[in-house]
Amino acid sequence: MSDDTATLEATPSPDIEIEEIDKVIIRFAGDSGDGMQLAGTRFTADSAIFGNDLATLPNFPAEIRAPAGTIPGVSSFQVQIADFDILTPGDEADVLVAMNPAALKANLIDLRPGGMIIVNEEAFEERNLAKAGFETNPLEDGSLAGYRVFRVPMERLTKEAVKDTGVSGRDVLRSKNFFALGLISWVFHRPLETSIKWVESKFAKREEVAAANIASLRAGHNFGLTTEAFHHVYNIRPAALKPGEYTNVTGNTATAWGLIAASQAAKLPLFYGTYPITPASDILHELAKHKNFGVRTYQAEDEIAGAGAAVGAAFAGHLAVTGTSGPGLALKSETISLAISLELPLIVIDVQRAGPSTGLPTKVEQSDLLFSLYGRHGEAPLPVLAARTASDAFDVTVEAARIALKYMTPVILLTDNYIANGSEPWRLPDLDALPDISVPFQTEPNANGHYLPYLRDPETLARQWAIPGTPGLEHRLGGLEKREVVGNVSYDTNNHQLMTELREWKIKNIANDIPLLEVDGGEGAELLVLGWGSTFGAIRAAAIRVRKDGLAVATAHLRYLNPFPANLGDVLGQYRYVLIPEVNMGQLRKMIRADFLVPAMGFNKVKGLPFRVSEVENKIREILAS
Amino acid sequence: MTDTITTKYTRADFQTDQEVRWCPGCGDYTILAAVQSFMADLGMPREQIVFVSGIGCSSRFPYYMNTYGIHSIHGRAPAIASGIAVARPDLSVWVVTGDGDALSIGGNHLIHALRRNMNLKILLFNNQIYGLTKGQYSPTSEKGKRTKSSPAGSPDVPFNPVSLALGAEASFVARTIDMDRKLTMDVLQKASEHKGTSFIEIYQNCNVFNDKAFIELTGKETRLDNRINLEHGEPITFGPEGEHAVVMAGGAAKIVPTNSVAPDEIMVHDVHAPNPSAAFALSRLSHGPYGPTPVGIFRDAVRSSYEQDVKQQLIDAQEKKGPGDLSKLIRSLGTWKVE
Repeated sequence: MSDDTATLEATPSPDIEIEEIDKVIIRFAGDSGDGMQLAGTRFTADSAIFGNDLATLPNFPAEIRAPAGTIPGVSSFQVQIADFDILTPGDEADVLVAMNPAALKANLIDLRPGGMIIVNEEAFEERNLAKAGFETNPLEDGSLAGYRVFRVPMERLTKEAVKDTGVSGRDVLRSKNFFALGLISWVFHRPLETSIKWVESKFAKREEVAAANIASLRAGHNFGLTTEAFHHVYNIRPAALKPGEYTNVTGNTATAWGLIAASQAAKLPLFYGTYPITPASDILHELAKHKNFGVRTYQAEDEIAGAGAAVGAAFAGHLAVTGTSGPGLALKSETISLAISLELPLIVIDVQRAGPSTGLPTKVEQSDLLFSLYGRHGEAPLPVLAARTASDAFDVTVEAARIALKYMTPVILLTDNYIANGSEPWRLPDLDALPDISVPFQTEPNANGHYLPYLRDPETLARQWAIPGTPGLEHRLGGLEKREVVGNVSYDTNNHQLMTELREWKIKNIANDIPLLEVDGGEGAELLVLGWGSTFGAIRAAAIRVRKDGLAVATAHLRYLNPFPANLGDVLGQYRYVLIPEVNMGQLRKMIRADFLVPAMGFNKVKGLPFRVSEVENKIREILAS
Repeated sequence: MTDTITTKYTRADFQTDQEVRWCPGCGDYTILAAVQSFMADLGMPREQIVFVSGIGCSSRFPYYMNTYGIHSIHGRAPAIASGIAVARPDLSVWVVTGDGDALSIGGNHLIHALRRNMNLKILLFNNQIYGLTKGQYSPTSEKGKRTKSSPAGSPDVPFNPVSLALGAEASFVARTIDMDRKLTMDVLQKASEHKGTSFIEIYQNCNVFNDKAFIELTGKETRLDNRINLEHGEPITFGPEGEHAVVMAGGAAKIVPTNSVAPDEIMVHDVHAPNPSAAFALSRLSHGPYGPTPVGIFRDAVRSSYEQDVKQQLIDAQEKKGPGDLSKLIRSLGTWKVE
C-alpha cells in the first residue's frame, strides 16, 4: 500500500498479495444523491452471501436531497463484516469511502488512526471544498498524513466505463457508486456476481442503466486489479456461525415477515392500517408486495385512521396491525385506549426515532418507552415488547401477536430506526416450529342462550371474540364503561373500579406466560448491565471485551417491558450495581427504580446514533474501577 | 349489498333490551324507528349488519340496534367502519354520526370515506347544534347563531353537508328529514342498494337546544313553499301548485316562476349523471334549511367500490403468484448455508 496521495493510475502488475483479516469496518459516505446507501447495501448483501457475519448502520439526512456538497447533505452507510460472531456495526471505521469533501469532513472523526481513505478525487475542487468548509484541500495540505489515502479519479473512469452503454446526461455519473462498490469489492475480495444479478433484475426495464451500472462496477473492480497500489488485498473468511441457512435482513423487513408469519400461525388474514411515516414506511412497502398471502394493506388518510381501521378490522376478525413512529403513536393514543376498552387484539408497531415533535426523523432513539407504557388517558395498561436486533424483530412480532390474541388486548411492539434500517444475518427459523397462536372465535352463545361479550376466561381474563357474521351473537361494544360480564353501558362506580382492576390484572398476569429473564455471564459479578431494545449488541460486545481482561460483569436484556419477567426483581437483587444504558434520558431506569427501589445507574446518549461498544465498555470499566 | 339471503323480521327484532335515552321529543326516536323498520323490511340477516358510531347524541344509536355494533371515538366512526368494510366485504356497514362528529372533529375521515367509495352507509344526523355537550354552535349552525359558546353570535360560516359530500367525490348523496318517514325509508332503500359509500344527511330536530331549526321545511304553513322534492327523471318544480321551477342559468341552479319558462327549460333531475355538477348546483339552492331547500336523492352514480377493488387485487395476486409461501418469502433475498 502506498502512503502517497498522488492520483492513482492503472498500471498492470501481476503480484497480488492476499492478507487474511478477521474483520473490517467500511463506511461509504457521499452526498445523499450519490447512492451510498445502495453501495453499502450491495456490499453487505455480497458479504452476506459470501458467509461473513455482519452488522450495518445506515445514517442519512431527513431531507431527500439536502443541498449538494454540504455537510447536512451527507449520507453514509457503515458495515462491519467479520469471520466471527459480531454484535454491532463497529465503532471506528477501518475504511472510509468519501465521494466528496463534505463526506470526508463529516466522517473523518469516525475513522481509526491509520485507516484507509478512498476518495473520489475530482470532487475535491474549490467549490466543494468551500461548501464543506475546507480552507485548503485536505488531499494536498498534509492534514491526512495519519491515514492511507487513495485518490481515485472516479468520475473520469466512470464516464469512460459507461460511454458505450447508452446512458447520457445526468445518468452518466450516477453510476459512480457502483464504481466505488466495484473497487471496494476488489480490495476486500468480494465476488461481483450477486450485485450484477441484482442490477440486472432491478433495472430490467432500463437496460442502459443496468449496463452502465454493471460497466462501472466492473471498471471499479478492474481498476483495483490493474493498480499496483491495490495489490495488497484483504480477505475475510466466512464466519463460523451456527449451522443453518442464513439470509441478510433489515428490521423492517423482518417485522413485515413476522406479521405474515403471525397471520399464518394465527390462521387469520392480516390487516395493516397505516399512514406513511419515516422510518416505519418500509413495513408498509414490504407488506403491500405480498397480497398473495391475503395481506390487506390500508394506507389511511392519517395516523388516527390507520389505527381506527385496524380496530375495525380486529372487530371484524382479522389479525389487525397499525404501524408508525413516535408522532404517529401520539396520534393513535386515543384509538389504542378504545382498543383497550373494547378488549380487541391489536398490534401497534412503533419504529422509534428521535423526538420530540418531528425531532430527527431519520435517527435512532429509544425515547418512546414511557409513552408506550403510559401515554394514554385513563388507566390504560397494555403489554409492551421490544425487539433487540433486526432479525429478532421477526420473533418478537410473532410473540406480540400471540399475546394480543390470547389476551384480547392491544400490544405495543417497539423497534427503532437502528433496528429498522440496519441489517444482520438471520438464521432462518424452522417454520414448522412456529407456535400455533390461533384463538377460536366464539360461535355459540356463552350463557343461557345469550352471548355475553365480557364474560372472561378465568385463567387469562380474556373475553371471547365473536365476530360479525356469527348468527345469534350480535352485540355492541363501546368506549363507555361496560358492565362486567354483560357488556352493557354501566355508570356504576363500583363496576368501574372492578373493570379497571380486571384490565390491569389481565395485563399483569401475562408475566406468568412469558420466559424468565436470562442473565448472561458474570459469575461473581457485582455489576449487572441491563438493557432493552437495540442496545443489545453494544452491551453484549462491551461485556465480552471487559471479560477478556478478567473482569466480572453480568448482562441481561429485556424483551418484555410490560409486564416485566416475573424474576426481574430477584435478578436485580443479586447485584450491587445495576447499569442501564439507554438511547434516551433514562426511561427504563425510572421504571426499574420505581418498581423495584433499586438505585440503578443510567448511561444515556441521545445523539441520534446507537451506542458504540467502546462507550459502554468504558462506562463498565469506570464503574468496576470505582 | 352482496347478500341475497333474506329473513323474515319485524321491527322488534332490531330493538335491543337497552333503554333508549334520548331526550323526550328528540328527532332521533323517529329516525331509529324508521331504520329499525327499514332493516326488518330489508330482511338481511341481522348478523351481517354492523352499526358504527362516533360520539354525540346520535352516536348512541348502535346500542339500540340489535345487530353488531361499535360506539367508538369522536369523529372516528368512518375510519373504524372503513376497516370493517375492507376486511369484510360480506358485511353491511352503517355509520351513524352527527354534524359535530362528522363535519368538525371527524371531517377528514368523512371526506376520505366518501372519495374511496367503499361499502359504507353514512347517516349524518344534522341538528345544527352540539347537543350532548349542552348547546354550543356546530359546523352547520347558521352564522351569527347565539349559543352558550357564541353569546355574541357565531362567527363561523357553516358547511353545506350535501355540497361537501359532492365535492368529496361521493357517489350517493341524499337529504331527508326526521319527520318524513316515507322519504327516509325511500332514501334508505336506495342507499342500501347503492354500491359504494352512501351519504344521507338527515335534518333532525333537537327540541332542547335548537328546536324548530327545520320548521320552514316541516311546518304546515311553510313546507309546501320550501320543500323541493327531487325525483329522478322528473322536471324539478315545487310549491303548492308547482308554481316554482328550477332552471340552470349562468352555471347555477335558479328558482323561477314555472309559467315564466318553457317546459323544456326546466331542469330534469338525473341522479345517475356521471358528472356531479348539476347535483352540486342543486345543493347550492339553499345553505341550510332556510327557504326553498331540495330534499331527496341528489346523486346515485355508478363507480367501482373500494373493498371490491381491494379484494380483486388479492385474487389477482394469488392467481399470478400462487398462494403465499412463507418459506419462499424468507428466502427471497438470497440465502447461504453454514455447515
